Formats: sequence, structure tokens, C-alpha cells
Amino acid sequence: MSTTTHTGLGSGTSAGADGRPILELRGVSKRFGDFYANKDVNFDLRAGEVHCLCGENGAGKSTMMNMLYGLLEPTEGGIFIDGQPARITGPRHAIDLGIGMVHQHFMLIPVFTVAENIVLADEPKQGMMLDMKAGEQRVRELSDRYGLKVDPTSLVQDITVGQQQRAEILKALYRKARILILDEPTAVLTPQEIEELLNVIRQLRDEGMSIIMISHKLREVLSIADRVSVLRRGEMVGTVDAAGQTEDSLARMMVGRDVLLRVDKTEAIPERPVLQLRNLWVKDDRELDAVRGATFEVHAGEIVALAGIDGNGQSELVDAIAGLRHSEQGEVVLDGEVITNLTPHDISDAGLGHIPEDRHRRGIVLDFDLRENSILHDWDKPDIVRFGIIDTAASAERAELLCTMYDVRSGAGIISRSGALSGGNQQKLVIAREIQRDPKLLIAAQPTRGVDIGAIEFIHQRLVEERDAGTAVLLVSLEMQEVLSLADRIIVIFEGQIVAEFEGGRVDEQTLGKAMIGSGGPA
Amino acid sequence: MSEFIDIWIVGLGKATIIYAAPLIFAALGGLFSERSGIVNIGLEGMMTGGAFFAIYGSDIGGSSIVGILFAVAAGMALAAIHAVATITFHADQIISGTAIVLIAAGLINFLNLNLFGPNGSPASIAVPAKVGGVSVLVLLAIAAVVVTQYVVFRTPFGLRLRSVGEHPRAADTVGISVVRYRYVGVLVSGALAGLGGAFISFNVSSYSEGMVAGNGYIALAALIIGKWKPMGCVLASLLFGLSQGLVARVHGVSPDLISMLPYVITLIVLVGFVGKSIAPAAAGKPYDAH
Repeated sequence: MSTTTHTGLGSGTSAGADGRPILELRGVSKRFGDFYANKDVNFDLRAGEVHCLCGENGAGKSTMMNMLYGLLEPTEGGIFIDGQPARITGPRHAIDLGIGMVHQHFMLIPVFTVAENIVLADEPKQGMMLDMKAGEQRVRELSDRYGLKVDPTSLVQDITVGQQQRAEILKALYRKARILILDEPTAVLTPQEIEELLNVIRQLRDEGMSIIMISHKLREVLSIADRVSVLRRGEMVGTVDAAGQTEDSLARMMVGRDVLLRVDKTEAIPERPVLQLRNLWVKDDRELDAVRGATFEVHAGEIVALAGIDGNGQSELVDAIAGLRHSEQGEVVLDGEVITNLTPHDISDAGLGHIPEDRHRRGIVLDFDLRENSILHDWDKPDIVRFGIIDTAASAERAELLCTMYDVRSGAGIISRSGALSGGNQQKLVIAREIQRDPKLLIAAQPTRGVDIGAIEFIHQRLVEERDAGTAVLLVSLEMQEVLSLADRIIVIFEGQIVAEFEGGRVDEQTLGKAMIGSGGPA
Repeated sequence: MSEFIDIWIVGLGKATIIYAAPLIFAALGGLFSERSGIVNIGLEGMMTGGAFFAIYGSDIGGSSIVGILFAVAAGMALAAIHAVATITFHADQIISGTAIVLIAAGLINFLNLNLFGPNGSPASIAVPAKVGGVSVLVLLAIAAVVVTQYVVFRTPFGLRLRSVGEHPRAADTVGISVVRYRYVGVLVSGALAGLGGAFISFNVSSYSEGMVAGNGYIALAALIIGKWKPMGCVLASLLFGLSQGLVARVHGVSPDLISMLPYVITLIVLVGFVGKSIAPAAAGKPYDAH
């Protein structure tokens, strides 16, 4: 086993066994039209190391990995495997070369079992028939050997995100990968799952696997990486040993300037209560009580963080406030007006700005362009729609304003399809739209999930500015760091109940963590 | 009493099978196509092609085997158009399927007039043997059900076929050619629909315009009610067959009203009994590799 510390935040050790590069990129460029997604990139992966690849959204990390996996072909330069030039023609070829990839958006088929997903395209056979018994057995062996606990006979749609990720890693192991590429593997995981994953990665490395891990989360990077490479605007800024680096030094490499990892804010000056929840009960999709009698207030001019482990009723609570889910009991009051079970549109008009946790499903319409997404709320507002017809000049003006103020970068400007934007830019567009509506209450549900470090700083600053302008801000976050650095007040939710409340800045990580798992903390 | 048995047991049973068999063929065809991710509402047209070419092949070849081969080829030829349009050129699958139906209708009428003349197909056509008034092609239908069940759900090929219909990108990333599997799915679909058409025309030993009469669409309904599973398709097809058989045996009610029965049953069954019927996730969506 490895040199794992129990917090998982010890620095990674044991660099490549002999330092020989197993994989190399030499002078690789990838051009789309006039745009270089990668320019003259040099990179090497040593056998048996964990090499983290960092960079902001749009820095070219995915392009680079897609070239390694045969999904894109380099415009210039060469890829070398074991010192031999390799023209990787497609995923099949990459697999044959020993490259496995765990994509950020899992490539699993929900209605197939875990084992079916894993053996797909390399199926065990008995005569002409599929031998799923043998497949399940093989998966079980791998799963036991690497501590990747997942039931091979479960349907993928029935298992947790963490288990799905284990299935993805098993997919690569089943194909005998020597090189494992993990694309932002921790973005979707809970803190405990992240810990388990990092341990698995350490074990794999110790058994000789060479690993490239893409991540924005610098603490994880420092805890797991042997070396770190940083891409900025398609170019390789440099490769450094992880030992000796700090979060600040890595952030500077990524962004090209000093980054404020701590949020700079003054003491809050709370005013009147804007959001008041009184004994709110909400059911989840399975008709079970997800929120059980929540009562709390958010005042104008303060940021209240709703902290908790994923799945403790946060999503249902937010849905109920926004009118996206029926409240069974209790009352939601927005600035003195009862809004319980009104339509989302009415609640939004009453003064709610909502940055939803799942921006793809609820924040924006991916197939719409930026203009259309900028005016999603405004189909009945006379400044945008006249006589039932959208004023395209007005919507374009709105989109330009949002993009300029929030630095939303897109390929083709406001006529870009929103789905073509990077995650961080999509999120900035949503945040821009919600804040520009000048809400009384702003709900920010996991506002920085999957967003890069420069954008995180930007988003945090905007939320603090909103607070200072007198908006009540309800932050829902699974990131303890985010909660601790942003919140003026912290409310902890556990199994649908508010179990603790802390003043921001007066609580440490341990105490908060204990409260989040339902043990202790002053209620 | 024996008259009752003749009409309501033997007669109705036979009618049910005769109506159901072509639906089973075509629904299985739809299954192959949709499991691969391509919606095939062109089944109707492929059945029409099969119905005509079964008779034509049998006529010029002097053997029902030739007729069957012609029917399969005709179904596959029409399916190939659908495949090229939707898989290679990413055309909308509903529009392409509709076009196939219209193309088949026009083309087959033209061929019928030019090859058989205004009097239609000749009276003496070799058709597959019948047992108790039912074509032995029924055995082929039963075999098709068993084979489909095994191929789609028990072989590596089937797993891959279903994977491209559920999540083509995932299939692609493990090295499965989405295009190739979808082509196979659609072509098999055409072959089976052609057989379904052949059953209809062989049953009356001749081809006549419009004889497929919506069976391709009913087969699609059977596919949905049968939840994209072979046995489900069989049960749904038998249900339609039974209701068609009843239509022919109920007297005293307007035949126009009675002929609505199969469709009313479809709606009732679909809404009331089947529960949620979930299509392959990627069905109907073109796949653009990178």
C-alpha cells in the first residue's frame, strides 16, 4: 500500500519507478480553424506516477486528452508511447495501446448492468453466446483486488455516482490499461467518495499504473500528484514536482496572476428578513419526506450557507422555495409575501434569483444561443417581448451586457450555442442573468461546481458584492471550503432537518464536518 | 355446438395467427432497428415491397423460396435507403421513414402495373405450403422470435447493438462502430419487414395495391406495447390479430365502427395496462462521431 495519510492530504510520494516516460507529447498542436486549442505542447508521463494536469476551463486539457484517446488527431507534433511514435486512430487503438480513460461525463449505459458496461466490446463468450457469468466473475475479481466496491449485477441507473465512477475505472482495468486518464474525477463526488478515490489512485500507482488526472481542486492535486503540469490558453506553462508547491503557487501558474483563494469580505450587516421558512415539509421523487420541518431565515445583506452532505434534502428544499417542487406543509415567505407553491415564474417575479445546481437541466437550454438564454425569464416582460414577438435587438443587447459584465467567453459571441461554451462560462452566464434581475433573494446552489479556479474567484466576489448591495444570499454547497470562506452564517441540514447553526468564521472544519454527519453542534 | 367451435375457436384462432404473423415479423424488424437507435416508421413501405416481390419472385422463379428471397431483398433495399439517409447523412428519421413509405407505394404500384399489367398478378402463384389453412411461414415467424431473443439479449453482437441504441458515445469510446451496428440493425429490420409483407400476399396468393393496409404502423405499436422485447412484440401482435379476427366475426354492428376495434384496443392497452414503455435512449437521434 501507499503512504496514505488518513486525511488524504499528505503529499504524494514515490515518483516514477525509473523515471522513464511511458507516454510523451512532443510539440503537439491542435487547431480548429484559426483557433489553437493546443499549441506546441510538450508533456511526458513517467511510468508509475500520478501526473496532474491543471488549467482553467478552455485551457485545452480536454483537447489534449481527446488526442491521447484517439478522439481527435493532432494538427502538428507527435505522440510517443514507450518511446515509439504512435498515431492513435481511435478509442479502440488507444485501448490496444493500453490507454484507459474515465471521462468526466461517464460513458455508461444506464439500463445495462455494471458488468455489461464493463465487458462491452470485449465480451467473454461461450460459443457464440455472451458469458455474463464469466464477465461478472472477472469484474468481481478486479473489484475486490482494487477495493472498487460495486455490484456487477446492479443496473447502472440504480447505483450512486461514486459507484458509477468505480465502474468506469473497472472498465479501464478490465481492458488492461497501463495508462489511466481521469478527467476531473472528483467533480461529482462527496468528500468521503473523494477520499476513497484518492486511495484507489494511490494503490493503482503503487501497482505500477501511470495516471494522468485532470483536476481544478488544488488541495487534491497537492495530495495526490507526483508532478503537476499546467496548461494556460492551450500552451504548456510548465511541469513541476508537486512537492514544494502550494495552492497559491499552482493557482498563479494556472491563471497567470495572483489569485485570491480566500474570499475578501467585510463583516455582514444583516437587515430585514427576506426569506423566511416556517416548518417546511417537502417530499422527494420517491415520495419520502426529504425536508422535515425546516425553519430558518435569510436576511438582506447576509450570505447564509446551507451545508450538508449531498442528499440530505438540500435539493428538495431549494426546489420547494423556487416553486419547482410541491411543499407539503409549512410556509415560504419572500420579503413578507407568502410564496408557498406559487409557480416558478411568479416566484421569480416576486424577487427570487436562482442559480440552480444542475445548470444543464435547469439553468440554461443548451440548444439555445446566448441571446435566448439571457432572456429565459422574460417571455412576458414588455422590454423584451412586444405584442408576443421577441425584440431580438433587445435580447441581443441584454446578452452583450451579461457577457461583458461577467466575462462570458464564447466562440462566436452572443450567437454561440450555449452548449458549446465551457462549463465555467455557462455558469457565468446563468449567474449574470440571475444577478442582473436584481433579486431580493439569490439562491446559489453549488455555484462553483465544475468551474475553474479563476471563475470560482470571480463568482465568489460577485456573490459577496450582491450581499453588500443588500441581497439575501442563500448558498447551498457541498464544498466545506466554500461554505467556510463565504458564509456569514452556516445552517447545517441533516436528513432533512436543520440540526445546527454556526456563525461564519467562528467554526472550524472539524466541528462543521461533525454536524454534517448528524453528530453534535449547537442547534 | 360444433359450428360454434368451428367459428369461434378454430376459425378465430386461425384468423388471429394469420393477422398476427406479419405483425410479428415487422415488429421484430422494428426491434432490430430501434434497438440500434434508428426509428423505422418505413416498415410499412418495406412490407409493401416484400408483399409485391414475394409474388413477383415466386412468379418468375416458379418457387415460393425465390419469392421469399425477393421479398427479403426488397425490404432490405428500401431499408438501405433509410440507413444511408439517417445514419450516414443524419437525416431526420421520421421524415426518412415517411419518405420510404411513400416511395415504396409509388414504386410498387408502378412495378405492379408494368410487370403484371392491369389485371394484376397471375392466378397460379407458388406459395409456401399451408398446414390447416395457415402458411408454414408461421414457423419462420416463431423461429425469428427465438433467434431475435437470443441474438439481441444473449450475444456480444446484441449487447453492442443495444449499446449503440442507448448511448452511442459510450459505445464509441470502447471502440464499437456505431455506424456499422446501426446499418446492420436497419438492414435486418428491412429483411424482417419484407418477410412480413410476403406473409400477407402469400396468404391470398396475389398482390393487390394497398394490401399492407397499415400493418407496418400497427407493428410499430406492437413494438412499443411489447416494450421493445421479442415476447412482448409477440403478445401485442397476437392481441391485434385477435381483435382483427373478432372484427370479421361480429355482425349487426356497423363494420366501419367495428374496424376501429384494434386501434381502440391499442389505446386502452397502451394507457391502461402496459405501464411505462421506455424506448432505447438514443432512438431517433443522429450520432455525429466527434
